[in-house]
Amino acid sequence: MNQALNSKRITLGEGGLTVVFALTALLCVYAAINALDSAFAFHTALGAAVSFWAVFAIITRYRGRSALPPQEIDGRPNYNFGPVKFCSFMAMFWGIAGFTVGLLIASQLAFPALNFDLQWTSFGRLRPLHTSAVVFAFGGNVLLATSFYVVQKTSRARLAGDLAPWVVAIGYNFFILIAGTGYLLGVTQSKEYAEPEWYSDLLLTVVWVTYLLVFLATLMKRKEPHIFVANWFYLAFIITIAVLHLGNNPAVPVSFLGSKSYIAWGGVQDAMFQWWYGHNAVGFFLTAGFLAIMYYFIPKRAERPIYSYRLSIIHFWALIFLYIWAGPHHLHYTALPDWTQTLGMTFSIMLWMPSWGGMINGLMTLSGAWDKLRTDPVLRMMVVSVAFYGMSTFEGPMMSIKVVNSLSHYTDWTIGHVHSGALGWVGFVSFGALYCLVPWVWNRKQLYSLRLVNWHFWIATLGIVLYISAMWVSGILQGLMWRAYTSLGFLEYSFIETVEAMHPFYIIRAAGGGLFLIGSLIMAYNLWMTVRVGETSEAQPRVALQAAE
Amino acid sequence: MSIWNRHKIFETNSLVLIVGILLVVAIGGLVEITPLFYLKSTIEVVDGVRPYTPLELTGRNIYVREGCYLCHSQMIRPLRDEVERYGHYSLAAESMYDHPFQWGSKRTGPDLARVGGKYSDDWHVTHLKNPRSIVPQSVMPGYSFLARTEVDASRLPDHLRTSRIVGVPYTDDEIANAVADLKTQTDPDSADVAAFTKRYPKAVVRNFDGQPGNPTELDALIAYLQMLGTLVDFKLYNEKANLR
Repeated sequence: MNQALNSKRITLGEGGLTVVFALTALLCVYAAINALDSAFAFHTALGAAVSFWAVFAIITRYRGRSALPPQEIDGRPNYNFGPVKFCSFMAMFWGIAGFTVGLLIASQLAFPALNFDLQWTSFGRLRPLHTSAVVFAFGGNVLLATSFYVVQKTSRARLAGDLAPWVVAIGYNFFILIAGTGYLLGVTQSKEYAEPEWYSDLLLTVVWVTYLLVFLATLMKRKEPHIFVANWFYLAFIITIAVLHLGNNPAVPVSFLGSKSYIAWGGVQDAMFQWWYGHNAVGFFLTAGFLAIMYYFIPKRAERPIYSYRLSIIHFWALIFLYIWAGPHHLHYTALPDWTQTLGMTFSIMLWMPSWGGMINGLMTLSGAWDKLRTDPVLRMMVVSVAFYGMSTFEGPMMSIKVVNSLSHYTDWTIGHVHSGALGWVGFVSFGALYCLVPWVWNRKQLYSLRLVNWHFWIATLGIVLYISAMWVSGILQGLMWRAYTSLGFLEYSFIETVEAMHPFYIIRAAGGGLFLIGSLIMAYNLWMTVRVGETSEAQPRVALQAAE
Repeated sequence: MSIWNRHKIFETNSLVLIVGILLVVAIGGLVEITPLFYLKSTIEVVDGVRPYTPLELTGRNIYVREGCYLCHSQMIRPLRDEVERYGHYSLAAESMYDHPFQWGSKRTGPDLARVGGKYSDDWHVTHLKNPRSIVPQSVMPGYSFLARTEVDASRLPDHLRTSRIVGVPYTDDEIANAVADLKTQTDPDSADVAAFTKRYPKAVVRNFDGQPGNPTELDALIAYLQMLGTLVDFKLYNEKANLR
């Protein structure tokens, strides 16, 4: 406790960041005044506001604090759960927002009047808002929250940095805000899943490097000799996303005072960079990151060790090596050279093996504890997520086979495949992790209601089943209609007839999405009540000494 | 020492683990991407392919801004039904000046790689304003606001200059005339038409949106749609020379 009595001094981080944010604020004010387009003016004004707030917040915190929070209290690590709480909350917020926009655009495809013929609400602008909100905002905040929690717990060390974790947590969510409002205003690169323009990309780069440093520095001061397996996956996710982001997004802005830029790559090279990025956003953001969650939260919740340590070693290296090759399967039969397509297909099929190795490792962790599936809906949610992971990682390699792809590509089958992975795997494992995490970090004995978790589970599962089966039928139907010939050798259907045939399935899909959204609202209520009225688990004086949030 | 023990170096040293991850994930990308910058089939220039006119480029930027690629592909695959429905399969060269590429990944609407010349300007004007007035079953949003928005031409030279930095071969002449060329392309009576079509062969000069006055975003988008897939003459194109 001696540290607490040290005389108060401004830290390098506090001083440095105050200067950095003050300069950023001035730069943003200048840019906002001289901006060439209104979207850029709006975004730089937001940047100025947040930077000024950051200066103010750092100074206020400095004046209010006594000493910095200690690394350890009575020989036990003094964990920093502030950023974990913040990101958990934001994950739930963005999740509901993203599912709602998803429901809206699904409905637009069934009832086009819902586009309202306004530029800000048309499908083309809302669809990136949906994908970014669910993948990067919801998924990203789940990854930030869980990685900050897991790396501390498994290293038995307090999160590195004092302000740095907050720069990551708030900076990342500010990036989401800039990117999302940008889409609505027509600021986009129109590269799938890499839509944010050059200045948002720069912001993300700074935030991401900080994230890597915080994570790495925490690993380096760990008290455990070994780096826990979940952290390998988190590290691979953080590093590879950085590489992909930098590789796919180099662009030259038309002006440094405007939002528009031209991407450095063109045509076929841009296509290959894009899907190298795009497929590995799935592979490293939505897979490696969430496998890390699987490797920590399932053993923890089931109170069983990971099934096989050796399998996890093979799983890890094989997965990250093979995934990166799989991108060209998004470009079958295009102007990309044949050999690249075949290579992409071959590695996609091989990828089936490590994927299922990981699934087996996750599922078999329950051996000896299968009975818990009956009593613990949270664990059931996570186990079903691993089953969905197995299903979509079988479907993916199958769809990457060129003949299958000639039917499935450009159709809703792809959308169905993505959602069996996104709703079933990423969604459910995230829900499971948040159901575990919230009581842990808010120091509650248990969730407010397990019955509500059960309702959430069944409503969401029904939603997923409706969603993916509707998309299977519509996708395969449309693919077959496009290539149908009459006995006289003419194309049997005009394009619009195949659009018309999709209508009932688009309604079923929207209904499925609606159920998934209802499930998440139940969850938000449950978590809110857990924090509000939940019973404190035990008296832990160290909690009171944590940094104020 | 068993192989499993050798793995210990990754498990106990975070920097070694990072280097290992970086090496392992670098290989696939390097092997698949690097050759695309020197292979003949991916960098070959095909006769007829030229940079976009200022009006077409403006239209393309509207296409990019509105996220049209989310429902319309621009990549015809060499499959019988696609070639019969949409035309000759797409060549790499046809999108070589596309920053970004807009091949797309979903066909909620039809492919647009060769939509140029398929419909009249009038059809596009009516269809873009209210798709269901022409195709009752269509699920496309309406884009009536395009007709009400004039193109801001002042930054066009910067757009062409930036495109040149990323590899589109705009000449000094083209950059200098960018603002004038934008207007010329919507004004068939202009005296500059001959000079303009010399700079941009095969470019179509018409009042695309049918409205008098300065070029609108609707003019630009239709000009872009009407040139898609029209640059290469496939009667002269030798596909054996471009095997992929």
